[in-house]
Amino acid sequence: MHVQTAQTVAPLDQALVDSLDAYIREHQEEAGNLIPVLQYAQSAFGYLPEDVLKHISEALQISYSEVTGVVTFYSFFSTVPRGKHIVRVCLGTACYVRGGKEVLRAFRETLGIDVGGTTEDREFSLEVGRCFGACGLAPVVMVGDDVHQRVKPSGVKDILAQYEGVNA
Amino acid sequence: MLNVTINDKDVSVETGATILEAARSAGVQIPTLCNLEHLSPLGACRVCVVEVEGAKALMAACATPVRDGMVIHTNSPRARTARKTVVDLLLSEHEGNCQYCDRSLDCELRVLSFDLGIQEPMYVGAKPGGQADFSTPALVRDGEKCVKCRRCVTVCNEVQQVGALFPQYRGYETVIGPAFAMNLDDVACVQCGQCAAVCPVGAITERSHMEGVWKALADPDLHVIVQTAPAVRAALGECFGMEPGRLVTGQMVTALRELGFDGIFDTNFTADLTIMEEGTELLTRLKGALAPDDPQLPPPALPMFTSCSPGWIKFAEYYFPDMLGHLSTCKSPQQMFGAIAKTYYAEKVGVDPAKMVVVSVMPCTAKKFEAARSELADSGFQDVDFVLTTRELGRMIQAGGVDFASLPDGTMDSPLGYSSGAADIFANTGGVMEAALRTAYELVTGRELPVDNLHVAPVAGLEGVKEAEIQITAPLPDWAFLDGVTVRVAVAHGLGNAAAVMRAVRSGERTYHFVEVMTCPGGCIGGGGQPRFTTDAVRLARINAIYREDEGKPHRKSHENPDVLELYASFLGQPLGEKSHHLLHTNYEARARV
Ligand code: SF4
Ligand code: SF4
Ligand code: SF4
Ligand code: FES
Repeated sequence: MHVQTAQTVAPLDQALVDSLDAYIREHQEEAGNLIPVLQYAQSAFGYLPEDVLKHISEALQISYSEVTGVVTFYSFFSTVPRGKHIVRVCLGTACYVRGGKEVLRAFRETLGIDVGGTTEDREFSLEVGRCFGACGLAPVVMVGDDVHQRVKPSGVKDILAQYEGVNA
Repeated sequence: MLNVTINDKDVSVETGATILEAARSAGVQIPTLCNLEHLSPLGACRVCVVEVEGAKALMAACATPVRDGMVIHTNSPRARTARKTVVDLLLSEHEGNCQYCDRSLDCELRVLSFDLGIQEPMYVGAKPGGQADFSTPALVRDGEKCVKCRRCVTVCNEVQQVGALFPQYRGYETVIGPAFAMNLDDVACVQCGQCAAVCPVGAITERSHMEGVWKALADPDLHVIVQTAPAVRAALGECFGMEPGRLVTGQMVTALRELGFDGIFDTNFTADLTIMEEGTELLTRLKGALAPDDPQLPPPALPMFTSCSPGWIKFAEYYFPDMLGHLSTCKSPQQMFGAIAKTYYAEKVGVDPAKMVVVSVMPCTAKKFEAARSELADSGFQDVDFVLTTRELGRMIQAGGVDFASLPDGTMDSPLGYSSGAADIFANTGGVMEAALRTAYELVTGRELPVDNLHVAPVAGLEGVKEAEIQITAPLPDWAFLDGVTVRVAVAHGLGNAAAVMRAVRSGERTYHFVEVMTCPGGCIGGGGQPRFTTDAVRLARINAIYREDEGKPHRKSHENPDVLELYASFLGQPLGEKSHHLLHTNYEARARV
């Protein structure tokens, strides 16, 4: 069963709420404005806190269930705070055939989280990507903006060690 | 017109018709699952696939418009195999035990499987599962049985415009439910049960009160009485295979007697009482607005909205908290009945109200929610103890070994069993309005409402929002201020239509004096607790039956019901009097939507 729900981990920054409201006002009348508003909110808050989702539901007059339906449909929306470092494992064709899947498994096991999840210490979030345009160097993993090439499952611990405790 | 061939039959249809509509007009049945009449086709389930000559892929009949000259095969081996595969896959994810299921007798999935000759599981694998949701007083959801057809989503979002249900997550993980697959009481569900009315399987249904009623009936210390809502008598027969629109009032009474109730009464009685209270409230509001005794006082809110339909009340509490002053303060007939039963009637028969159990039979699931509202206990006891849907009563009669079809007619007991025809029509959209106008017009003018056979034709029928105007001339002296006034009324059914009227009133785009709202399409006859499956044809059959019931009554106006007049004379005093105010009126609370 699903464990994902939304939460609000810290009081919302009022300046960010105001900027979201300004954005919503600007796009109030547009059809299909829910996804852009959610994207704006996610980039402002870093994730989609429960209170923000409810706020958006009220402001756009879209039911809360529809808002969360859209949020849970698209993998790029996150309702939990993201880790300091976003690990993205490429599963594009080249990376996939050259062991990307095993690399992903190693990350999952080492971090103890699933794709879309975040470690409890909020150091790392794990995502998958579809081709970073570095197929010659497959399998490729990005951590933040850094590209790691020809990653082997056995090298996963070393990669993570470079970031653990370091501010992004 | 377009000409097509369906299974070798030549068929002419209107341009724009779908293959499904064309087939139905030719008497060819195509099974469907996600499709709902009058609502935009989803084309999601693919149970309705047919073969079209010249087309590579099979087509979803519900979502494909016919083209001139199309040659369609609904039952070709290819179409049948594909349909079977679709149903096989649904069954492979379906976690259900028909013998324990609420829907074992009218499940569309079971019928599909049977009709397609599926005899054993074709695909065996993991099932997505799902949780059971017992969070609300009216409905139970069983996610394990959901086949993700999304009918409930369509109804909840498009017809009711509540949006409590929506697909959550994606792919194999998809859950059809409230936000984050939480419980219904975590979102703004109004408990109308229209989702349960359209669900093809046992995934949403009413929370049963049958066990509680059986127990009460078996307890010799309890005085168990029953009230039946107007809409039940036009639909209960369907539980026993009778055609929609058969009136079974008399047989229903006999069946209730056989089940052992100590008094068999009618919600109709308190529907008449509601008209006395609500009609007086309307006239009082009109006076306050048009000819106030004290011009300093703020004028009362107009239009006044009816308050009989608990789903509508909850909807207004969520979505129009700024307009709650427009709702009539009258309790619904169900609650008025309970309050009168546990005071007036208890006194009359010498029964301790603590030992009295009031059971309602309702076409509605939201009535279960309403009965549980803690403020509706003005006699010192909860007005209503148990609420059975029409479907549940059908099952109890069946379980009680009563052969319904062969029962002789019985009559309701006194003093809460007699009603006028005006009460019957509470079941239909437009009916409360018509009933109120029959009484209010006559109170004001001393003359009968000047319409054909007492029917206010413009507010009858299945149009979503209906309007009418009634000109008042030569009123009685007390109502002189209404001379020459044109009273404007509106009727909405289905909450999406109600919301449209509310918004128009709020913005000033529309001005009315009185508005009737019923939560369910067609009114109570189309309620979430009625026998499945309710189409417009079924709605119309039930509506017409109710009008027949009205027309056959010796009294057709609420203010002529002698037992209601006696209730005022010997107990209540007068409409809106102190006792009425205490027992028959209520107030509303704004609710947070999320
Ligand atoms: S939903 Fe239908 S198929 Fe499933 S258990 Fe109930 S009756 Fe059987
Ligand atoms: S009961 Fe009515 S409001 Fe609640 S989920 Fe069902 S259709 Fe929607
Ligand atoms: S709950 Fe019923 S109506 Fe809703 S998607 Fe599931 S099976 Fe369909
Ligand atoms: S009924 Fe046609 S696709 Fe579902």
